[in-house]
Amino acid sequence: MIPSAFEYHRPADVKSAVGILQAQGDEARVLAGGHSLIPMMKLRMAAVTHLVDLQDIAELKAVSIAEGKVTIGAMVTQHMLIDNARLAASVPLLREAALQIADPQVRYCGTIGGNIANGDPANDMPGLMQCLDATLGLAGPNGTRNVKARDFYEGAYVTACEDDELVVSVTFDVPKGGHAYEKQKRKIGDYATAACAALIEMDGGTCRSASIAMTNLSDTPIWSRSAGAALTGTRCDTEDIASAVTAALANINPTEDNRGPVAFKMHVAGIVIKRAITRAIASA
Amino acid sequence: MNDQTPTRVERSAKLKGLGVSRKRVEDVRFTQGKGNYVDDIKMPGMLFGDFVRSPYAHARIKSINIDAAMALPGVIAVLTAKDLEPLGLHWMPTLAGDKQMVLADGKVLFQGQEVAFVVAENRYINADAIDLVEVEYEELPVLTDAKVAMAPDAPVLREDLAGQESGAHGKRKHHNHIFLWEIGDEAATDEVIANADVVAEETVYYHRTHPCPLETCGCVASMDKVNGKLTLFGTFQAPHVVRTVASLLSGIEEHNIRVVSPDIGGGFGNKVGVYPGYVCSIVASIVTGRPVKWVEDRMDNLMATAFARDYWMKGRISATKDGRITGLHCHVTADHGAFDACADPTKFPAGFMSICTGSYDIPVAYLGVDGVYTNKAPGGVSYRCSFRVTEAAYFIERMIEVLAIKLNMDAAELRRINFIRKEQFPYDSALGWEYDSGDYHTAWEKALKAVDYDGLRKEQAERVAAFKRGETRKLLGVGLSFFTEIVGAGPVKNCDILGMGMFDSCEIRIHPTGSAIARLGTISQGQGHATTFAQILASEIGISADSITIEEGDTDTAPYGLGTYGSRSTPVAGAAAAMAGRKIRAKAQMIAAYLLEVHDGDLEWDIDRFVVKGAPEQFKTMTEIAYASYHQEIPGVEPGLEAVSYYDPPNMTYPFGAYICVMEIDVDTGVHEIRHFYALDDCGTRINPMIIEGQVHGGATEAYAIAMGQELAYDEIGNVKTGTLMDFFLPTSWETPTYTTDFTETPSPHHPIGAKGVGESPNVGGVPAFSNAVHDAFRPFGLKQSHMPHDQWRIWTIANDLGLHG
Amino acid sequence: MSKMHLKLTVNGQAEELRVEPRELLIHVLREKLNITGPHIGCETSHCGACTVEMNGKSVKSCTVFAAQADGAEVTTIEGLSPLGEMNVLQNAFREHHGLQCGFCTPGMITRAHRLLQENPTPTAEEVRFGMAGNLCRCTGYQNIVKAILAAASEMNAAKEAAE
Repeated sequence: MIPSAFEYHRPADVKSAVGILQAQGDEARVLAGGHSLIPMMKLRMAAVTHLVDLQDIAELKAVSIAEGKVTIGAMVTQHMLIDNARLAASVPLLREAALQIADPQVRYCGTIGGNIANGDPANDMPGLMQCLDATLGLAGPNGTRNVKARDFYEGAYVTACEDDELVVSVTFDVPKGGHAYEKQKRKIGDYATAACAALIEMDGGTCRSASIAMTNLSDTPIWSRSAGAALTGTRCDTEDIASAVTAALANINPTEDNRGPVAFKMHVAGIVIKRAITRAIASA
Repeated sequence: MNDQTPTRVERSAKLKGLGVSRKRVEDVRFTQGKGNYVDDIKMPGMLFGDFVRSPYAHARIKSINIDAAMALPGVIAVLTAKDLEPLGLHWMPTLAGDKQMVLADGKVLFQGQEVAFVVAENRYINADAIDLVEVEYEELPVLTDAKVAMAPDAPVLREDLAGQESGAHGKRKHHNHIFLWEIGDEAATDEVIANADVVAEETVYYHRTHPCPLETCGCVASMDKVNGKLTLFGTFQAPHVVRTVASLLSGIEEHNIRVVSPDIGGGFGNKVGVYPGYVCSIVASIVTGRPVKWVEDRMDNLMATAFARDYWMKGRISATKDGRITGLHCHVTADHGAFDACADPTKFPAGFMSICTGSYDIPVAYLGVDGVYTNKAPGGVSYRCSFRVTEAAYFIERMIEVLAIKLNMDAAELRRINFIRKEQFPYDSALGWEYDSGDYHTAWEKALKAVDYDGLRKEQAERVAAFKRGETRKLLGVGLSFFTEIVGAGPVKNCDILGMGMFDSCEIRIHPTGSAIARLGTISQGQGHATTFAQILASEIGISADSITIEEGDTDTAPYGLGTYGSRSTPVAGAAAAMAGRKIRAKAQMIAAYLLEVHDGDLEWDIDRFVVKGAPEQFKTMTEIAYASYHQEIPGVEPGLEAVSYYDPPNMTYPFGAYICVMEIDVDTGVHEIRHFYALDDCGTRINPMIIEGQVHGGATEAYAIAMGQELAYDEIGNVKTGTLMDFFLPTSWETPTYTTDFTETPSPHHPIGAKGVGESPNVGGVPAFSNAVHDAFRPFGLKQSHMPHDQWRIWTIANDLGLHG
Repeated sequence: MSKMHLKLTVNGQAEELRVEPRELLIHVLREKLNITGPHIGCETSHCGACTVEMNGKSVKSCTVFAAQADGAEVTTIEGLSPLGEMNVLQNAFREHHGLQCGFCTPGMITRAHRLLQENPTPTAEEVRFGMAGNLCRCTGYQNIVKAILAAASEMNAAKEAAE
């Protein structure tokens, strides 16, 4: 498994990176952690003529938590997410999910930005960002624009990111209430058979808000507005949870693969969603 | 010089002989990254070879254009079948009496098949050149199911066999048929079954999987045109056989070929066969005059070299009302892929599948195996088992469970009733084997007690009740398995590979100062031969294992042997080591007698020395004897102290064991958890308990993988669906269970030290234990049979089909 | 495509060489620098046989371009102990039979080394989780876990004694 040849670029700032992307058009690809892209290049399933390595761009490695807002640079690795005590305290959901991504070596390299920008429906961070209602910062020739994670994904590997843009940051409000990330997979290192992120805020026994998002159950991550709505304002008893699960399942469209047939995935999705909601409520 | 001080206990301990958990000598280099595996070999001017492979499972090749590839700077050659044909090397014989394309000759028969061999200055140029070879294919209808391959109108796969009504193993009854191998008395079996109180019938599928050692297959071929010598380094589990095959194929005289197996990163059967990569590397080295390295990548490995299993086993088992088994009928449809390249002893085209009567006293039985061609890769190797023994053990252990259901009987009790009894050994099985020794009842009772079997059954009943009351969604399965292995192939009278008897060998040379080197015909792939063979010798010749170097794998220096697979190293080469040691001792006795001025018969062996009977202060240690053998004239005795033994085993050995798996199953997600896994092994005399335990852990883990998810899966047009380690299930440390190991010790009566072999038992016994646990969990709800691998969706499907999802 | 000038430190030694950017770190180590301890097992970043340490992180060197390692500090199994000497971890693998064919071992030990740097007192469960990026086909991991726990105890005891 040997990749085709390419030109290597290692810009020191975002502006230079964008410049290279602009100059090379769709022949260029951004390299973050590389653990999705490099295997595809080695299998010669991804043709890349210019590889733009972001590792030297210090500004992409910052994490800030201030005034109720969290901003994370695109080159922050899963390992850094897990290791950052302040982040773990403010957004325990992020740490919980990051620990369920791949394996230790991959987490040292894999970045939040790469995971988000790649557009692979099997990646965990996209659903998570939708659950958190994150805003993605996209740097391009005309500066940085913001796109909601919930609006970012258009299809498998198709996103709102243009060829001359790159994801530089994610920003979201420090979440309130309880959380859970439930993921069923075959083994460590595997993608999800079904995964669900849940954030639920309770107020005196009544659900004030609920955000439910799912991973690898459609060709994009799925944030289920109706599942959240089914819980909001209720006591979150068994029937309410069941309606939320039904609502969430109505939004997904899994396909058969080695992890199993559609009926199985739908069933497991139902279980995983229910467990995520139940656990989020319990910790709310 | 006499060694006065140490006590017998101290002297014995110093030997680090049989029964000692001696630390491995190999580990010193492996832990420091100083192993020497084939891909570590670098030679001046070395080129890299790699294949253009077929993307199709069945297609005619209309044209191959190599011009663009040849034009790429750094490309030295591109070989196709046309280039090999004048040498007669475009096809090669397989170990199973069939022939196999080295490079696609007019058509391809499986995805990943070798089409052209590109030789270039380095891997990178090679990969670029492969992309530039243009092959035009015309797709043909694909057969991936052995059961439909025999339909009258099925596409013809092997056009080269047109008109050939018989093959290496008798008559062919269809254009996709390879052989029918039959053993036992079918008429008598049918009659017993027809008149039985109770008959259970079931089809048991043992899916296709792959040994997938962490190191893939590879070689470095180097033709020295000046001296006419070919050196071939490679991942060979049987280096001597490779040398002979290489000589027969190439016409180079065998003395001019040196085959070397360096350190091997796991084999598990994958590295027994002879692959097109070896042949092409040799040819390329001859053509270019430079060394050529070929190393598979992981996808190549999974797609093209030696799969395992793919047996559809249809069984009928009969019994009396009270559970005495009266007969067993088994018919197998065996999917051999595109070429019959199974690595079995010649006379056994279905290996030792005829051990399928298992550990039970079954008076009459029949086995018929139909080998069939399909559009899948060739292979059919013994993946961590003796030849087809894991298939046999899985079949009988499933049939026992199915019969227990039919009889409404506890499956542990059914086994107990039918075990061959201790006093019946040596036992002649209905399918022709002579089981050398065993004590099954003792092992079984020990195992059941160790896991508190009765308590587990009580807990399971409570769990089922709780499940029915809606209090839990988890079921409990107790997986039972009792297996008898048949290893140590084997007696030359009935075991050969390409005509070469399956003896093995050991040559030992004692140095003047009392240390030694021993060479054997086997080759370790992680089993620790350098450690354990030295222990066998230490106990035989009284020299500390630490002072004995073990060497294997270099055909220029090692005596001829048939290699390491099928748990044959300890039973055959281990026996040769003991016998060679005894020859050393016999000569040493003569020397000692001369030195002590007594008759030979006046001496007795005592740990590390010969002692004059009744005069323990008069003795000569082996070190002293060795010194004397080189330094003084001893009348009537040749100088030096060396011996060689070629050991032809009188029988196979029959290790056995009892494995029990306790498994929790989440009915809604199909997720399982192994709560307890207990493994009792009886491998006869235990040479190194630490290594035995390690072998059990490893084999049980491979069994776990196979039973619970590991599959070489194809889609309907013959694409491999599990070609990387994302999808081909190798469990990590996180999923892998922990094991409790235990043992009984019933020495083999015919092996010089009573050892039987253990490396493969845990796979043979483990697979049914895991699978039976899944089945057992659902038995209370009416499950009879469900095929492996029991991955999450398949377990979920069982529950769904049984209506457990409400 | 043009070659690039690559500078990196491997096992404490400064190295300079010309490579194609697409060359993988594992190939540069094994074929250009003759450091053959790290192995190639799966090539898709699942098996961990190629694990080395890069800038204080365990990485799978089959999934790192040499270009990415420009300026990096790389440590392989060969750099964990002086030639011919086994460190505590290497010795524990031998003592507890944590290896068989030895092919996964360099990656396994290199990863375990980093794991114990980050968590000197792991539980068995933490070891299993922390080692899940390294596949072994021979041992069933049980003795690897045992070896790493034993090495941790020994290192901690030595540290305490030194204090």
